[in-house]
Amino acid sequence: MKVINLDYISANPLLPEVQDAMIGAIKKDYGNPSSTHSFGDEARDAIEKARENVAQLINSPSPEDIIFTSSGTESINHAIKGVAFAHGKKGKHIVTSNIEHNSVLKSLRRLTKSGYTITSVEVDKHGLVDPANVEKAITDQTILISIMHGNNEIGTIQPVKEIARIAQEKNILFHSDCVASVGVIPIDVQDLGIDLISFAANQFNGPSGVGGLYIRKGVALWPLIDGGGQEFGRRAGTENLIGIIGMGVAAEIAFNEMQSRLSYTKKLKNRLITGLKENIEDVVINGHPELSLPNLISLSVKYIEGESIVLMLDEEKVVVSTRSACASGSLRASHVLLSIDLDYADAQGTLIITFGKQTTEDEIDRFIDVLKKVVTTLREMSPLYKKGKI
Amino acid sequence: MYTEVVMDHFKKPRNVGEMKDPDGMGEIGNPVCGDMMNIYIKVKDEIIEDISFQTFGCGAAIAVSSMLTEMAKGKTIAEAKKITNKSVAEALKGLPKNKLHCSNLGADALQLAIKDYEDRKAGKVRVRLPMEDAHTHADGDACKCPYCSGEIDPKHEFCENCGREISDIH
Repeated sequence: MKVINLDYISANPLLPEVQDAMIGAIKKDYGNPSSTHSFGDEARDAIEKARENVAQLINSPSPEDIIFTSSGTESINHAIKGVAFAHGKKGKHIVTSNIEHNSVLKSLRRLTKSGYTITSVEVDKHGLVDPANVEKAITDQTILISIMHGNNEIGTIQPVKEIARIAQEKNILFHSDCVASVGVIPIDVQDLGIDLISFAANQFNGPSGVGGLYIRKGVALWPLIDGGGQEFGRRAGTENLIGIIGMGVAAEIAFNEMQSRLSYTKKLKNRLITGLKENIEDVVINGHPELSLPNLISLSVKYIEGESIVLMLDEEKVVVSTRSACASGSLRASHVLLSIDLDYADAQGTLIITFGKQTTEDEIDRFIDVLKKVVTTLREMSPLYKKGKI
Repeated sequence: MYTEVVMDHFKKPRNVGEMKDPDGMGEIGNPVCGDMMNIYIKVKDEIIEDISFQTFGCGAAIAVSSMLTEMAKGKTIAEAKKITNKSVAEALKGLPKNKLHCSNLGADALQLAIKDYEDRKAGKVRVRLPMEDAHTHADGDACKCPYCSGEIDPKHEFCENCGREISDIH
């Protein structure tokens, strides 16, 4: 029986066109894009073609505003640390939110060791940042605002255009972690007015191990990785050419199919939400009802724990994700779920269900059937179930 | 990640359920750390005649509870007092390092149930214990960096030895 993959956010399936392009690249055995001879030229052309496709996906003014990295995490580290060190003489204060991805939070935490201070703006119960609170947090020492676009755990989409406007008025750089949103919802960097955008190929059916960073022309930031002059002197290291080629193809297809993907995933999401609410009692869907990624559902299943749900679903050949303390190895509940005021038990029983254009309605229906059985079994075992019902 | 024995106990847990009128009950854990266990025992002539559990927790927690009840059933109180987290983990043929705290919880819950039985026998009033602190160790008393095993101060964010961040996972 084929595994039903509802954990796209961890591992997007590669599009067949992406697979073919990457296999072709492996067999072609390209040279080094930085070489000055003709063997390197073909490789150089391949990278620049990919760069154009990625630039098109986010309406970047020029392909040269995009650099390739190894992952969304590297892009985020580069943006945050790069700006912090380049502008450290002007000030050492950074504004962020309390639901950012760990790569943002830990990069910022690392910076506090070098004297930087952070203000973390709180979200409301839907996970939404109020731009007015961002404005209030700004001081004359602020050099960077970093607030994510689509949240990878609860799906809430932040008002980044409004925040970018505030950043521009105060002449502060604005970085947004768009890893969960680039390639999933339309993003126009010129319209949004954001200075730095981090993203990754494995969120839009491209390969893992390759990401990108959009740097608006004129923005100064230190490189993260020093060495040869690759990526316009911004990011050294011989390029992951095969991965980049895959990313380029995935970006082109995502751009062309954006509208049809949006309507299809929204349809799947509605089917899932209706099915879950009709079949399983005592579940909560987190995040914002409208301002939400179309391909993600955060589902809290009361009275039981996340890893045990994931394991039992796995036995039935259905895969989903969870951020319960036991599953994440951190021994703490997800900071995102606690920020939206979920109580600890509900946070531990939260699943992240993500899907895409390859997911079928049959798979959604089977998932709901299987989940219902798993939830019944685990609730029978739980000391919280009866108490909750009283 | 889990051994076959653990998966067997997880998929087919033994002795699940709340017990009516138990002779002793142990409650442990809390939702903060993500594990809660209740152990119920029925004792006759100092032998654990029947035992059952309820668990809110991960695969390891459920397997530990199940194995624990299997190990304690039919034993004398004196024998059951000797069941430790190590013996439970051994019976399961091992647990991943970051799940060893689950076996702590199981063994402690059983000992609490036994203590409750003895307290009731002695006519003492049942006292609700305060919620367990989530900070427990599988190996000795010193806090160690999970990456380089160097000693660390749990109040620090980064390991002084290798520089990696520890505040989230310790």
